Amino acid sequence: MAINLESSNVATRENRIGSITGYIGSLSDLASQSECGTLKGCSRCFSQSSTCLSGCALGQLSAIRDVAIIHHGPAGCSVASAGAYYLDKVMAKKRGVTNDTVYVGTDMNEKDTIFGSTESLRKIILEVNKRYSPKAIFVTSSCATGIIGEDIDSVVDEVRDEIDVPVVAVHCEGFKSRIWATGFDIADHAVLSSIVQPPKEKRNTINFKNFYESARPEIMEMFREFDLEPVFLYCNSTVEELSHISESLATTCICGTLGNYLGNALEEKYGVPYVRSINQCGITGFETWLREIGKVTGRSEKIEKYIEEQRAIYLPQIEEIKKELKGLRAVIGMGPGYTFEVSRVLNELGIEVVWALAWHYDKKYENGDVPPSMKYLLDNDIDFEASVADQQNFEVMNILHKYQPDLYLSRHPGSTVWAIKNGTPAVYVADEYMIFGYKHTLEFARTILDATRNRSFEQNLAKRVKLPYTNWWYEQNVDKFLEGGSASKRMEA
Amino acid sequence: MAKLLDKQRYKCALGAMQTVQAITRAIPVLHSGPGCAQKLSDTTGSSGYFSPNIFPCTSINEKDVVFGGVKKLETTIENALKVIDADLYVVLTGCIPEIVGDDTGEVVSRFENAEKPVIYASTAGFKGNNYIGHEQVIDAIIDQYLEKSEEREKGLVNIWADVPYQDLFWLGNIRELEKLISEIGLTPNTIFGYNRGINQINKIPKAEFNLLVSPWVSLSNMKKMEKKLGIPYLHYPTLPIGAFETSKFLREVGKFAGIDQEKVENVINDHENYYYYLIERYADLFLENRVINKQFSVVADAQYALGITKFLANDLGLVPAKQFVVDDTPKQYREAISEEFKKLNYGLEAEAVFETDSYKIHEQIKEHDYHGYPLILGSYYEKELTESLKGNYLNIAWPVQDKVVLDDFYAGYTGGIRLIEDIYTVAVQRFN
Repeated sequence: MAINLESSNVATRENRIGSITGYIGSLSDLASQSECGTLKGCSRCFSQSSTCLSGCALGQLSAIRDVAIIHHGPAGCSVASAGAYYLDKVMAKKRGVTNDTVYVGTDMNEKDTIFGSTESLRKIILEVNKRYSPKAIFVTSSCATGIIGEDIDSVVDEVRDEIDVPVVAVHCEGFKSRIWATGFDIADHAVLSSIVQPPKEKRNTINFKNFYESARPEIMEMFREFDLEPVFLYCNSTVEELSHISESLATTCICGTLGNYLGNALEEKYGVPYVRSINQCGITGFETWLREIGKVTGRSEKIEKYIEEQRAIYLPQIEEIKKELKGLRAVIGMGPGYTFEVSRVLNELGIEVVWALAWHYDKKYENGDVPPSMKYLLDNDIDFEASVADQQNFEVMNILHKYQPDLYLSRHPGSTVWAIKNGTPAVYVADEYMIFGYKHTLEFARTILDATRNRSFEQNLAKRVKLPYTNWWYEQNVDKFLEGGSASKRMEA
Repeated sequence: MAKLLDKQRYKCALGAMQTVQAITRAIPVLHSGPGCAQKLSDTTGSSGYFSPNIFPCTSINEKDVVFGGVKKLETTIENALKVIDADLYVVLTGCIPEIVGDDTGEVVSRFENAEKPVIYASTAGFKGNNYIGHEQVIDAIIDQYLEKSEEREKGLVNIWADVPYQDLFWLGNIRELEKLISEIGLTPNTIFGYNRGINQINKIPKAEFNLLVSPWVSLSNMKKMEKKLGIPYLHYPTLPIGAFETSKFLREVGKFAGIDQEKVENVINDHENYYYYLIERYADLFLENRVINKQFSVVADAQYALGITKFLANDLGLVPAKQFVVDDTPKQYREAISEEFKKLNYGLEAEAVFETDSYKIHEQIKEHDYHGYPLILGSYYEKELTESLKGNYLNIAWPVQDKVVLDDFYAGYTGGIRLIEDIYTVAVQRFN
């Protein structure tokens, strides 16, 4: 891909890498269609609410320490500031640092939609700078400002002379893309274009793109053995740290969907290698990733030794628990950065994936390849029924109702409860490190066992609640409302 | 005009999807961007029969912005009626369709003969905050669904209070108000929470009067009902918390409804006896702890700022410092609310500051002399501030991170006791 850091705009994933949100068929069909370029996403004539890309973009940026986010729009757009405030405080406290990031709104009203409000915005930016002296200021748009054509780029250009820290326009109109992960790219783009500096010296660091750094201490310890220092992004990052990420030995990420843009851009602009392996979930994933790190940083020997030691500790325990998991059937619904990774782990643990839903699907990553997690499944003859549905709950429930699996695994807020209302045990794979490496793969396997062994909670609840869908819907095929595209139509579910 | 909204304490009008969500078996159908519902929802009792994951949504994209989203809205409503098992479908518009000029009313009118009622409310984010959005939804029910009734049910009273979900204690509060009203012999009718839905909405026109317990929210709804449905209303601006205000509340409602005074006094007496049985036994804790001083500030919407100020002043004998009203109260209501803050025992008056810029609120709190540790009741934003002032802090207003509430409440006699429990649970965690 060609990354243009001169423009404040990022093309959407749909336009850049052919991402889609509607498909029903099988994994092998999805992959072969994307490889030969015939895959075309379907649209829906009925849909349910999902996620806004601005939440992803600003969730990332507001996790950086001591910056300011100015969300230009009505109060509902900037409502995420309340959650960001909480997260910044508790995440900093956990790490033993302070974070004085501020995230403000502009409470745009009807008059502003008619007459514009760039002058008010200019004053707000200056006032925020005066109050808090942030290390960087991100000025972001919303659907409303986007449609009325509010020129935030010009406002940002104007105030730059008066403010001595980076001020960046961030274009986050929610209607721009149905793929909220575009928001991750938008955040990366803002950081790359305003904060990251060209390298001056090489460092022993590895850029580690993640969400909430729960495994930070153990990863630091592991990397110390390899004489490497991970730099976790962006939660608790400082602007100073970010300015040096071009000097790292490599970039890696916990989730391909999250780290893809940054990794590729750092490689393209500054020659920082991007580790493009399958991710660290499960045994094969972890080992493949570690070996790739070894290759890129010239530490293969140390890494092989580490793998050998860890295998001896964990593999026998994992083998033991696999006996108990045998025969379980699972449905899984996650972002594509996890769905095809977790499918691999389930297969590793001997759990049958009967259906996998990905909330979107990137046909190609920025470098033009099919996502590695997908390639691995195909190369290993692992196939299952699959669909692409941007958190469309009615489709998930239709599938759960028909398949009645032993387990539903998901990663997004508000998703697990619907499985348990169906009587299906659910495991919430929210923490991105929940299946990281040998230790967490073992914990994950044990969690699945616990969740499927004691089904009291879901059974108690399922017995007493009515599901919100009509019988009519449960009698329909799951692809009922999909239109156009190239889904291999299924007659029977 | 756009303004600096620093540490915001409300959502936008589309937040009224939570008002709809609080009506059992009513579903919001959103004509908005794909992520509005998720943003506007909190995990504070949101995974009920319908959750934001279930809400149908047109998920407007770039093409709809250019060509309009009317067709998508029609298929979304049409299929929502088939897929979702609800009693009432409330179409809510977000910013985009209102700016590009989609005629939502016209599309909704095509469903006039649908098996289930479909109504719509204009809740674009730029039209106001979620307090205003709440009023818009109730207006939509009055305008598009309710019909005037010739028949009146003796003693039936519709009770209206503040905004569900925005108010952490909405469920418990409204149940407690119902309970109190029943005790003096009236029959309450409310539309929010467990077992309250379309049947209760259908009963609204038969009520003898509307009882509004809120400083300002829904006052316009009461006027609309008075005009369209011929239902008179009693506006009681203070959420009654604790004995003093609740007894006053019952007397006023009793008088308005023409209930025998002795009956009301008996109810009051029973409650006050038990209330003061508890207070007497704990009075030593209140008087002899070393960390709760006389001066306090509330940072909350008009409802809690006023209700808690009256409670702490009139029941517990504390003295109000500045009180901060943060709900962007429409200007026409501010004077009357300020006056309410001045009606405290012993001629005490509290200064109400209407402010939405939290930086300014925090500066004023820092400047004030609380004669010791400040007691701050507010939202999560006041936690760090109060800690830095070595004060005592209780999270009672949105955003809430320090408290989980399923059906707890602060309204009524029992609610006052609950608030005392919460304040002193904080206090006893330190010695001095």
